[in-house]
Amino acid sequence: METLIGLLVAAPLLGAGVLLTGGKRLDRVGHWIGTLLALLSFVFGVVLFADMLGKDADARTLTSHLFTWVPVGGFQADVGFQLDQLSMTFVLLITGVGTLIHIYSIGYMAHDERRRRFFGYLNLFLAAMLLLVVADNYFLLYAGWEGVGLASYLLIGFWQHKPSAATAAKKAFIVNRVGDIGLSVAIMLMFTTFGSFAFNQVLPQAQQASTTQHATITGIGFMLLLAACGKSAQVPLQSWLGDAMEGPTPVSALIHAATMVTAGVYLITRSGAIFNAAPDAQTAVVTVGAVTLLFGAIVGCAKDDIKKALAGSTMSQIGYMIMAAGLGPIGYVFAIMHLVTHGFFKAGLFLGAGSVMHGMNDEVDMRRYGGLRKYMPITFVTFGLGYLAIIGFPGLSGFFSKDKIIEAAFAKGGTEGWILGGAGLLGAAITAFYMTRVMLMTFFGEKRWVPDAEGHEPHPHESPSSMTIPMIILAFGSVFAGAFFSLNSRFVHWLEPVTGHSEGDSPVSAGTVTAATMAVLVVGVGIAWLMYGRRPVPSLAPRGSLLTRAARRDLLQDDFNHVVLVRGGEHLTRSLVYLDHSLVDGVVNGTAASVGGLSGRLRRLQNGYVRSYAVSMLGGTAVLVAATLLMRAV
Amino acid sequence: MSASSVHSLWTTAAPVADKFPTPHIEYAQLSPVLIVFAAAALGVLVEAFLPRRSRYTAQVGVAAVGLAAAFAAIVALADKGYGTTKAHIAAMGAVAVDGPALFLQGTILLVGFVAIFTFAERRLDQRAHGNRVDSFAAQGSAVPGSDQEKAAVRAGFTSTEVFPLLMFAVGGMLVFPAANDLLTLFVALEVFSLPLYILCALARRNRLMSQEAAVKYFLLGAFSSAFLLFGIALLYGYAGTVSYSGISAVIDGTAPMNPALASTTGNDALLLIGLAMVTMGLLFKVGAVPFHMWTPDVYQGAPTPVTGFMASATKVAAFGALLRLLYVVLPGMRWDWRPVMWGVAIITMLAGAVIAVTQTDVKRLLAYSSIAHAGFILAGVIATTPDGISSVLFYLAAYSFVTLGAFAVVTLVRDAGGEATHLSRWAGLGRRSPLVAAVFAVFLLAFAGIPLTSGFAGKFAVFKAAAGGGAMPLVIVGVISSAIAAFFYIRVIVLMFFSEPKADGPTVAVPSVMTSTAIAVGVAVTLVLGLAPQYFLDLADKAGVFVR
Repeated sequence: METLIGLLVAAPLLGAGVLLTGGKRLDRVGHWIGTLLALLSFVFGVVLFADMLGKDADARTLTSHLFTWVPVGGFQADVGFQLDQLSMTFVLLITGVGTLIHIYSIGYMAHDERRRRFFGYLNLFLAAMLLLVVADNYFLLYAGWEGVGLASYLLIGFWQHKPSAATAAKKAFIVNRVGDIGLSVAIMLMFTTFGSFAFNQVLPQAQQASTTQHATITGIGFMLLLAACGKSAQVPLQSWLGDAMEGPTPVSALIHAATMVTAGVYLITRSGAIFNAAPDAQTAVVTVGAVTLLFGAIVGCAKDDIKKALAGSTMSQIGYMIMAAGLGPIGYVFAIMHLVTHGFFKAGLFLGAGSVMHGMNDEVDMRRYGGLRKYMPITFVTFGLGYLAIIGFPGLSGFFSKDKIIEAAFAKGGTEGWILGGAGLLGAAITAFYMTRVMLMTFFGEKRWVPDAEGHEPHPHESPSSMTIPMIILAFGSVFAGAFFSLNSRFVHWLEPVTGHSEGDSPVSAGTVTAATMAVLVVGVGIAWLMYGRRPVPSLAPRGSLLTRAARRDLLQDDFNHVVLVRGGEHLTRSLVYLDHSLVDGVVNGTAASVGGLSGRLRRLQNGYVRSYAVSMLGGTAVLVAATLLMRAV
Repeated sequence: MSASSVHSLWTTAAPVADKFPTPHIEYAQLSPVLIVFAAAALGVLVEAFLPRRSRYTAQVGVAAVGLAAAFAAIVALADKGYGTTKAHIAAMGAVAVDGPALFLQGTILLVGFVAIFTFAERRLDQRAHGNRVDSFAAQGSAVPGSDQEKAAVRAGFTSTEVFPLLMFAVGGMLVFPAANDLLTLFVALEVFSLPLYILCALARRNRLMSQEAAVKYFLLGAFSSAFLLFGIALLYGYAGTVSYSGISAVIDGTAPMNPALASTTGNDALLLIGLAMVTMGLLFKVGAVPFHMWTPDVYQGAPTPVTGFMASATKVAAFGALLRLLYVVLPGMRWDWRPVMWGVAIITMLAGAVIAVTQTDVKRLLAYSSIAHAGFILAGVIATTPDGISSVLFYLAAYSFVTLGAFAVVTLVRDAGGEATHLSRWAGLGRRSPLVAAVFAVFLLAFAGIPLTSGFAGKFAVFKAAAGGGAMPLVIVGVISSAIAAFFYIRVIVLMFFSEPKADGPTVAVPSVMTSTAIAVGVAVTLVLGLAPQYFLDLADKAGVFVR
């Protein structure tokens, strides 16, 4: 069984290697190879899962040490795997949803001549993400973490001929680097503090170290949070996520549902012991989560681009998860549960959006959609179920997981609990609003279709079965996963041995919270219907209020970054370049010139006359004698 | 000074006639030197009695066999422990047989052996009237450009005398670092210098320049010998003896006073002036600033094989003698000579590196580079620690093979006028003859002290020893000089590989197996000492103890 963990990672990695080095020969079968290896990885995951279920709850962790990676004196980094319930959950999500996205991509990318390469990158993405979640130490986790960053860069910029895609890829990469610095600093601090990278060394010592080395632990916590902000697109490192929509839609689905953005949640949950020991860092986590969940939701309301609206929603939903993870043992389980249900419905929503675009000549502006439900019935139904799930319609997945997070936020207690719970409720209302807006603008109302740039009238049609089948499967997950997990607190019992769980002390009853959630849901949906359902949607965006305009520009985050970071950076580099040219080069060239000049002058002493050579020897000897005598005199 | 007092000086300084002991010569321990001199004498006989056409083969054979046999003798001596446990002073106190002597003699013999190959090369120059010719004049005594010279060239004469001359020079060099009294030192100096003067004059091409170089070398060499000899006289006046151990004992105050010399013995002015002058004589031979000015002119004018031999073997011998003088005779004086030598080392390193920057002739460039290297070696000499000795020994061995190889490559690049030594002619050499250019690049990198070459290992050892001996400022100056030096070494590499070849550029002659062997040995030693220096460092370490 232990070897199977390695194979789990190796299968997609092999796919990436074969597809990326195989050349044109594999063009015809490349997508099948990629999909089969992803599926194989999923099968391995299921086998491991079945094996795990057969064991006692406390003895389910599998470890496997492969080899020592970096043996340098006291510094030892291992390649070893650890598969526990937390990793298992991620493995199934990554490989399961990942495989569905692979299948979907066969149809979606059918006309792209670089499809083989695309599947290679997808496999690489899966492999890196799997490595990240099954690593048994932070050092190896970092390798996976960087691999995810690389794969996301390659996939977001997959249509590199578009300057916007190339820029978006660079932006994602650079913003992620900022987060990566956090992770690397955290890992270095861990090594100097605990002398190890291994989870089973670092985490048990965290609690004890919180008394002796409180500042260090808090520092590690903050650095881990910074890392999580980068990968999971949390404020203030959220700006890359919207632009990442430049990648092909399956990539968006993969990034938002199964890989990449979930990495931050995993990191915080995995490092729970550290955050439990560093309350200040934990407060920062919930703050980031709460701010982002509102931030993303507001941005989502203003976007007319269907994918960007969904991106705002992802930001917001991940904000929920981060907030839950920041609540400590009350929230870890629900953070992961929401992550899994979100994986289903967000993947479904993105694949649905892709399906719509597929039928509409790659149009993304929702103001040019309208009335599509008749033309794309399957997409409509699956997207609709995803929609109901994300807004938390009773009985569907999102209802159970989001409700639990809001309950847990209240259970945090005190003013903090009220603020966080309130933020959660407000977020739920806004979610209901903007998702209803997306739904109404896309599938209902008048046709507002326009011909594309080349003058082709859109002929919306249902997508091929390779695309619809994954959507249908995901829709099932969106509908039933939440209920399945919540029955008898199944998910809580499953994860409890790893993350711990406590009920907390809620000032309001669970029923009250549910009722409040339902109420804000109705309010959000209602407002959206009043604005977009009852009235016709203008095909050109109205000017909108100040907030709307700000939200359309992602709440001015890019402007802020541009003014503060880009301009500042440009000024810094320009002055450094100036310094380099004037000062450094000046010194270097000046030295060279003066050595050359000196050389030319000294060279003239060598005039070829023996007599002057002899004089120099005589003088030299005189100096030698004088100096020797002088030394004695001194 | 009256005649009688001169007489009494001689008679009292040396034992009286009836007590004059039979000289006791340890022939076995002196065998390396004796073999070389015997081979040299045999070479003279070959020159006198064999017909011209068979002389070349015979001379090359005699010289090669002689040097090989001498090296075998060195190895045998070292194997018997004469380098370590049985080290002692032989030949009535005249010659030391100890680790540094054997190590340096072995190095000189190997250098001489490889030099024979470059001397014997007869494929590079175009045939003169159907005869294969080497780098040496057809007839040394013929006036350049005269009818006599033309006749000699037409007749296909070659100067096979260069082989016995080389052997005599090697013989003198073997004695030089082993000399244990000042007179032996002086005799050895002259024995190896005179053949070198003649060899310098024997270039086949540019004969006037070659003769000018030889005359300059001779005049300046004589001038420095005069200083050396005067210094010896002063030291004798101070100590009443010319033996190293005797002088050392007087300096330490442990020697019995010789009553006849009471007026001068222990006069520190004599000691200090004598010390400075003897040191100057040796510094002239190693080419230290300000006694370096002969180096570029002579290196440029001399036949290139001679330059290669001279630049490597002379340096080994002279540094050996300098080490012995400073470590055996003058250890008690190191507070007097160290500051002065510091100064010499610093200006030697800097001047060599700086002046080399503007050189346009490859032989002159290598000459200035050898001056800078003399400075680096001096830094190790000044360390006055056991590490200092062994690092200098290692550096000398490493440096001499790089030098020999580099000059051998210079002989290959030729145009109608013989060797094309102007640097502008070397542009783009890497495009046309990648192998030759690559080999030269290896030597240049070794000169520059780039890791994985012997130059790096040597420089590292020397600087480490200097730092260990408390000469950190020297190390800093050394590193700065190395940086300056790296500029002109790398510039040649850039010139060879990254410049467009000239349309009428020089051709690279295909050498015979002789020069190829010499270059191959140079490259091999450079890389082996660079990649796996430990064995040789250990060897130098073991050999690094002087017998007193």
